[in-house]
Amino acid sequence: MEIAFTRAQRRKLASQIFVGVCVAAAGIALIALGLIMFSLFTKGFSGIDTMVFTHDTPGPDSHGGLRNAIVGSIMMCTLAMMIAVFIGVLAGTWLAEIGGDSKYGHAVRFLNDVLLSAPSILIGLFIYEMMVRPMHGFSGWAGAVALGVLATPVVTRTTEDILNLQPNALREAGMALGASQWVTVRKIIWKAASAGLLTGGLLGFARISGETAPILFTSLNNQFFSTDMSQPIASLPVVIYQFAMSPFDIWQELAWAGALLITATVLAINILGRWVARDKDHR
Amino acid sequence: MASSAAPKKDLVDPIFRAVAFSAATMLLITLGGLIISLIIGGWPALSKFGFSFFTSTTWNPVTEVFGAAGPITGTLITAVLSLAIALPIAIFIAVFLTQFCPKIIAQPISTAIELLAGIPSIVYGMWGLFVFAPWFARTIQLPIITSIPADSFWGKLFAGVPNGANIFTASIILAIMILPYMAAVFRELFRSIPPQVREAAFGLGCTPFEVVSTVLIPYVKKGMVGVVMLGFGRALGETMAVTFIIGNAHGFPNSLFSSGSTLASTIANEFAEATSEMHLASLIALGLVLFLITFTVLAIARALLSSQRY
Repeated sequence: MEIAFTRAQRRKLASQIFVGVCVAAAGIALIALGLIMFSLFTKGFSGIDTMVFTHDTPGPDSHGGLRNAIVGSIMMCTLAMMIAVFIGVLAGTWLAEIGGDSKYGHAVRFLNDVLLSAPSILIGLFIYEMMVRPMHGFSGWAGAVALGVLATPVVTRTTEDILNLQPNALREAGMALGASQWVTVRKIIWKAASAGLLTGGLLGFARISGETAPILFTSLNNQFFSTDMSQPIASLPVVIYQFAMSPFDIWQELAWAGALLITATVLAINILGRWVARDKDHR
Repeated sequence: MASSAAPKKDLVDPIFRAVAFSAATMLLITLGGLIISLIIGGWPALSKFGFSFFTSTTWNPVTEVFGAAGPITGTLITAVLSLAIALPIAIFIAVFLTQFCPKIIAQPISTAIELLAGIPSIVYGMWGLFVFAPWFARTIQLPIITSIPADSFWGKLFAGVPNGANIFTASIILAIMILPYMAAVFRELFRSIPPQVREAAFGLGCTPFEVVSTVLIPYVKKGMVGVVMLGFGRALGETMAVTFIIGNAHGFPNSLFSSGSTLASTIANEFAEATSEMHLASLIALGLVLFLITFTVLAIARALLSSQRY
């Protein structure tokens, strides 16, 4: 009786310690992540003023802004998303509606998942070999394609997942009306899944807008304002990297401001994506 | 009218299928092209240095002698260390969120963790460089170095320049970075367990600890290994967060607190400045090595997670 009692106590104690450790782990992790957000916001906010948006990146140790980098990032990300949405939605539709159950479909799905988590710097190397070296120069086009390659698997994956959620009755209804598969997909399936598709695009956009590694040696950097995609072009992540690693205080302050801008953008897009998806669910 | 509409309708679907099929094939071509371009680009270095490329620690752009042993070791050490730090914490968080946490605060915390998983790695890198490394050098590294005799085993393990930019701090930053991702996926995994399983275990008189350790975790064991491999793959290939803080020293790391380099950080750091063909080829060969390692890890992960997709 005595032994059984202490054993129950021991089990209870072990369990309580375990619960305590779980709570502590969650607390430590949230504190660590909170600390990062805290320094990002305090250091970033002090650097953000109107000059950030109206002036270009400065020379060493002089004042300036991030205008050229912001414009370059927007241009490359927009172009990349056009590529990614075009290929990703079609590929995802093929997987969900046409050939996903074939052997080839399984192979595509598996390799898409691999591509989804492949190190982004390898995409940069790939595009360097494919575009930069043959064309003898870094360019905005190359950076946009690299980012597009990065976002395509995200869009493919969300498209397939969303289309699989659409009820078969929709497809049968389209067929019963005598519509071709193309019309059924375009006018019924894609329309029914539009919120989900938008979320997929937004998630892809959030993924690439902060990526540095794939554009380091595809679009390189440009100290001046440029909208010429055939030339090296500035982008926020690369400028942040260069300025943060520099010994100049002014550059480092701009790097924090840029990091805050990117983080705020990524967070906003992610929240928007969730909101779009959730709004549809409730309807 | 009817005769012109009928062939058009017959044609539309084959075209649609063909276009969608080519889009899916583009993904295959991309991955294939990635491998081929890495092999072609890295071939000059691999054929010149042969197997010694993987065993040599020399990395000298001036004499054009390159060996990848340093970055390969650095990559494996940082990835394993960061996983060892992040894995238990991620499991504890997921257990806390799904088992013990009141529902009202579980949802906001889960959302916050998922959002943090999407923050660009460059932010983690900057925080590591400007905030964590100086703090670590001041309050942990210096006291350790001054209080332990340099020629003892521990002294050798912790030897290094006290500036906070070393393999150990890089691993911690990596761990913080993969933590939200792993915690979020673990949480999904635990939520996929049917509630009856948990209730049955409680019905048998299990304590919460016993429910988690003897019923829930074994139930999702396979998926958990898959998630671990996914996290490992992330840690192996992560570039920016590591490049900021690892110190970018070539050669074999000789202590936990010494500067080092990883495959990805070496490429990011030197690629734009590489002038000689052999230097470029060696960097691309590093990329090939990184690809082979991560591809193996990710393939195992996907195979284990085949029933659940994350």
